Amino acid sequence: MPGKLKVKIVAGRHLPVMDRASDLTDAFVEVKFGNTTFKTDVYLKSLNPQWNSEWFKFEVDDEDLQDEPLQITVLDHDTYSANDAIGKVYIDIDPLLYSEAATVISGWFPIYDTIHGIRGEINVVVKVDLFNDLNRFRQSSCGVKFFCTTSIPKCYRAVIIHGFVEELVVNEDPEYQWIDRIRTPRASNEARQRLISLMSGELQRKIGLKVLEMRGNAVVGYLQCFDLEGESGLVVRAIGTACTLDKLSSPAAFLPACNSPSKEMKEIPFNEDPNPNTHSSGPSTPLKNQTYSFSPSKSYSRQSSSSDTDLSLTPKTGMGSGSAGKEGGPFKALLRQQTQSALEQREFPFFTLTAFPPGFLVHVGGVVSARSVKLLDRIHNPAFVGIMGNTRSYKLLDWNSFNSDEPETRDAWWAEIRQEIKSHAKALGCHAVVGYSESTSICEEVCILSASGTAAVLNPRFLQDGTVEGCLEQRLEENLPTRCGFCHIPYDELNMPFPAHLTYCYNCRKQKVPDVLFTTIDLPTDATVIGKGCLIQARLCRLKKKAQAEANATAISNLLPFMEYEVHTQLMNKLKLKGMNALFGLRIQITVGENMLMGLASATGVYLAALPTPGGIQIAGKTPNDGSYEQHISHMQKKINDTIAKNKELYEINPPEISEEIIGSPIPEPRQRSRLLRSQSESSDEVTELDLSHGKKDAFVLEIDDTDAMEDVHSLLTDVPPPSGFYSCNTEIMPGINNWTSEIQMFTSVRVIRLSSLNLTNQALNKNFNDLCENLLKSLYFKLRSMIPCCLCHVNFTVSLPEDELIQVTVTAVAITFDKNQALQTTKTHVEKSLQRASTDNEELLQFPLELCSDSLPSHPLPPAKEHLESASSNSGIPAAQRATSVDYSSFADRCSSWIELIKLKAQTIRRGSIKTTVTVEKASPVGDGNFRNRPAPPCANSTVGVVKMTPLSFIPGAKITKYLGIINMFFIRETTSLREEGGVSGFLHAFIAEVFAMVRAHVAALGGNAVVSYIMKQCVFMENPNKNQAQCLINVSGDAVVFVRESDLEVVSTQQPTANCQSSGTEGEVTT
Amino acid sequence: MTSELDIFVGNTTLIDEDVYRLWLDGYSVTDAVALRVRSGILEQTGATAAVLQSDTMDHYRTFHMLERLLHAPPKLLHQLIFQIPPSRQALLIERYYAFDEAFVREVLGKKLSKGTKKDLDDISTKTGITLKSCRRQFDNFKRVFKVVEEMRGSLVDNIQQHFLLSDRLARDYAAIVFFANNRFETGKKKLQYLSFGDFAFCAELMIQNWTLGAVGEAPTVPDSQMDDMDMDLDKEFLQDLKELKVLVADKDLLDLHKSLVCTALRGKLGVFSEMEANFKNLSRGLVNVAAKLTHNKDVRDLFVDLVEKFVEPCRSDHWPLSDVRFFLSQYAASVHSLDGFRHQTLWDRYMGTLRGCLLRLYHD
Repeated sequence: MPGKLKVKIVAGRHLPVMDRASDLTDAFVEVKFGNTTFKTDVYLKSLNPQWNSEWFKFEVDDEDLQDEPLQITVLDHDTYSANDAIGKVYIDIDPLLYSEAATVISGWFPIYDTIHGIRGEINVVVKVDLFNDLNRFRQSSCGVKFFCTTSIPKCYRAVIIHGFVEELVVNEDPEYQWIDRIRTPRASNEARQRLISLMSGELQRKIGLKVLEMRGNAVVGYLQCFDLEGESGLVVRAIGTACTLDKLSSPAAFLPACNSPSKEMKEIPFNEDPNPNTHSSGPSTPLKNQTYSFSPSKSYSRQSSSSDTDLSLTPKTGMGSGSAGKEGGPFKALLRQQTQSALEQREFPFFTLTAFPPGFLVHVGGVVSARSVKLLDRIHNPAFVGIMGNTRSYKLLDWNSFNSDEPETRDAWWAEIRQEIKSHAKALGCHAVVGYSESTSICEEVCILSASGTAAVLNPRFLQDGTVEGCLEQRLEENLPTRCGFCHIPYDELNMPFPAHLTYCYNCRKQKVPDVLFTTIDLPTDATVIGKGCLIQARLCRLKKKAQAEANATAISNLLPFMEYEVHTQLMNKLKLKGMNALFGLRIQITVGENMLMGLASATGVYLAALPTPGGIQIAGKTPNDGSYEQHISHMQKKINDTIAKNKELYEINPPEISEEIIGSPIPEPRQRSRLLRSQSESSDEVTELDLSHGKKDAFVLEIDDTDAMEDVHSLLTDVPPPSGFYSCNTEIMPGINNWTSEIQMFTSVRVIRLSSLNLTNQALNKNFNDLCENLLKSLYFKLRSMIPCCLCHVNFTVSLPEDELIQVTVTAVAITFDKNQALQTTKTHVEKSLQRASTDNEELLQFPLELCSDSLPSHPLPPAKEHLESASSNSGIPAAQRATSVDYSSFADRCSSWIELIKLKAQTIRRGSIKTTVTVEKASPVGDGNFRNRPAPPCANSTVGVVKMTPLSFIPGAKITKYLGIINMFFIRETTSLREEGGVSGFLHAFIAEVFAMVRAHVAALGGNAVVSYIMKQCVFMENPNKNQAQCLINVSGDAVVFVRESDLEVVSTQQPTANCQSSGTEGEVTT
Repeated sequence: MTSELDIFVGNTTLIDEDVYRLWLDGYSVTDAVALRVRSGILEQTGATAAVLQSDTMDHYRTFHMLERLLHAPPKLLHQLIFQIPPSRQALLIERYYAFDEAFVREVLGKKLSKGTKKDLDDISTKTGITLKSCRRQFDNFKRVFKVVEEMRGSLVDNIQQHFLLSDRLARDYAAIVFFANNRFETGKKKLQYLSFGDFAFCAELMIQNWTLGAVGEAPTVPDSQMDDMDMDLDKEFLQDLKELKVLVADKDLLDLHKSLVCTALRGKLGVFSEMEANFKNLSRGLVNVAAKLTHNKDVRDLFVDLVEKFVEPCRSDHWPLSDVRFFLSQYAASVHSLDGFRHQTLWDRYMGTLRGCLLRLYHD
């Protein structure tokens, strides 16, 4: 009994009317945790009840604390009939279980009902008292911190990065249980929500245990996903990277070294390092052995059997010494041996991180990916198959009894794929995989499992404790500053895993680099990039015949290699067309539907200074004698060349000219080749290798020999660049832009299209899909036009095929404004100039409210609003576009109290009088609102709702994250039986997503936070049945709740806290060698 | 390829002021898109019509969802679903409650009932304001009326507190509520030349001086008296106004009054002779208006009477505004010199307000 959970129900507000007669509600609250339930008194006849309850106390195991959510149900008391539920709030109390996070959860939570949505709010206070527990066999893992962020969280330092942790749990999906036939949709949805909440808790606890076993204290890059497998169940799986983190500002020296596994509950074993800047000594435990002994035992045997085959694929990585490079050679070999010793003992040397402490990443090999098609029906579980027999009914089955073995099956599937990834990495001469992620796509009984990552050679220093440091230090020092190290090939050039085109590095001229580099990670902060980057997408559809079970799986397996090949070709073409030579953050998503497969690859293209200038694209016809055809070809060629030139200008790619002699001619095989290795397997160990070589000349050759190729070329040229002032990327930040301002706008956009005809061709399908994505992007640019100049960062596309003819695309991204003046300093292209012109008006619009705040309002008499309205409406019809959607949500707008009309007036004056408002104004007066109201009434400024920012990035521009409060991981279901009344599918989903945002914000605010970073919407499953006027949607989101402080505010504070040296965005962690 | 679903949800709710105005003006999505296209936005942004359509739909959906909250603006401040910066919230509210001059002139002083609502079709046709917009404006009037109807205290303050309107707009609403409550006739042809601003000005003066709230004390019997402090005219005061009748009924008093005014104004008034000739008529008119105010029907006709009995005669004699001002000041002030007249305070309360109103009403 090591924990006491205390809950207090304070009040409710904006409750719905539950009693038509009185137009009021008699509300009371049930508080449930585990099997214990408490109730408040009934607060009669009020829509704003004040319960002010006593503290409800639950005495529970910490295991339960981790697994169970706190469930709060608001009901309407009814004397004669059953009480009506108003809605529920689930609160994950996990953040209260670690010492540094939140200490109390207190605030207004939206009361959520799966049928009606949000119905009012409830104010709740939750606290946890944990008692010490010295039981070494305990099942809980309280105290392990979880981060969704895929880099070392700001304000922490990585002492050791232990490595991969994974776990999955399986359960029956309540939606498919027999009882679902007799219960209400609401009950079914709630059962599902509760179950998933429970499973996530359990999963997190289990992962935490693994981390403790590894002697870590945190999981970074934690990614948890749900697989809704339908009848065969519900899988919740998670991967992450176990680390030992050290809080930067906290004086870690206070904590004595306590490495024993049975430690105090809330004390995490800090890695006894008194000085965060040096990395020395410490009573280090022999970590190697521990990590080794730790591996999940389940899948162990399976793996060792297959690892034999892997060996044959593995090139002689360990023997690369002597051949590569001149000076770096011996070092590389040494490094490799050391790292290998540390890594090879791991089952999977995978890291879910995408950004690393400087010096961590030594070399990058390229993207490795693996896919596998599985039949969900065929669960390798005799009990299951036996009992199920012919009937698919679940009646009378206690599914828990035979379900218990099922995770084995799923584990085995994933183990198989991971093994494949590992062997691919080996083939690239790499001993580790970074930027690793896993995903699934399910349609009926077929499931595609995918895993991908970037093969890499890592610096062992972070992977183990200080033992090897002495000998490495000076070597690192002389090697690292080159800033191009990660581009250098990790494999042996004489023994290349595939034919590649190598040149000497354009930066150091000593090591070999490939001509193109594809990776799944973020651009390393120390990489030298020329110009700006851009979002590059490859989109592809392939029709497939409808089929059942195995035939279907086979058909898909057969299609996959072609899909991969074409996606890859498209990426390559588009990259060349942009005049760039490397892709970061590559994410290839293959989605399976009833009658088609969709492939969507997104990445951020950049020009790495260390890599050679990409060749152009050359078009070659198959029938060279036809005159008109020739002409057509040359016309196309010209267009392509023009586009490349235009893109180079647009993205400011002006690499310094380097004469050929210095570089030396291309080495062995002059063939273009990328670093994409992949394979497909359909429940077999067979590894298919694709030869993705193209062309034979320096330039990339496209042969137009059939309509497909024509289509490819056309599609290449149809991609429209974003309007001036806009940039986009799918990585954390845009290469080439560093001067972010604090204005951010996170958004989610969903589109579903219905394909018109039944007998579609691949071509038409491709066009539809392409248009869908392009139009979506165009819409985003239009909507966010008032933020220009800005960049859409972390643009994340997700494709799903909910029905036969439906394609759903979901995009989440964040728009961040940047300071164009500084951007102009670096470059002076025409594009930038026109951009400047275009955005001048907006700039002013964005700046005047501040001016207004600071001086004009107090002295200015209130103008007659009506007259302004009149004048405004008379010139209405439509005013200029530049007045546009204002997204003036930067900090100063928040404090600007009111009187928009006045603002407008002021804006006019500013523009006419050309008063220069400078940026410094913007930084002034951090707080202070509402002082200027001359009447007591309009209290718009004293709104009680605090602003919570949300962003998919791991940082907030212009601010410092001072505290991580725990992860937010929420799952919601919304259903309606009155779709038309709720505004159709768009109205329904729009409201639902807005509600999800609201609930995330409320939870963060209750934890004491003011932002969510690394936010992602992992799932958005939408199903509709317009004929029945019904729709259902499931959404799963996660992120890290944080407290941030504006940098401008921080300066004031910093006098009091001179030691607070959290790293600002971009560079994190500290390395001293 | 048809778009089944198309949404955009920002963590901070995007509000496009132009689209908001179109929505408030009651345009359908199609019309709004057409109007936006005409504004040249496509050329400026390089967007396509489809993008515009999708954007407009999104905004309309958002506004539709916000409308429920706008009906009770404090809710908008405390709700959690839409994260909107305070300045934007203020804008949403202010614009939502803004109204068209043409519309308000049509319904000013009318009972805000279902019956009037049925006439909105005609008003829409007459004013060229879309029916949807008319409905919104009408419902706003009615909603504000319902909320503040039973409340005590300052009308403007109540409105501001419950609807978070700007000072200016709250005053306008106070006027609308006051007119609706007292059902002043404003629709007669004679009154067509008057703007809403004119009436609002008068309403404010009347609220300040002629209502119970103006006296600055609670009604004599707080429990039984259901009069609203600011919305209803002070019945006692209206009753007392009968006493003023002596000013015209007593021939001596009237003559004395006239001579006092004439002496004071001689040589200062361009229209002195006309004034002299008309004095008795004008005075009779003004005093009779006061004496009749005990009857509800006559209260309703207050403005008609004022225009008929005072504005029109003066106007037909081409009095300049400055002369009217001189006259009214003198007319009001001279009464203090009438020894036989005992109701000086009452007269000031009546005439002070009336003078302000008349000056405002006196224009072409």
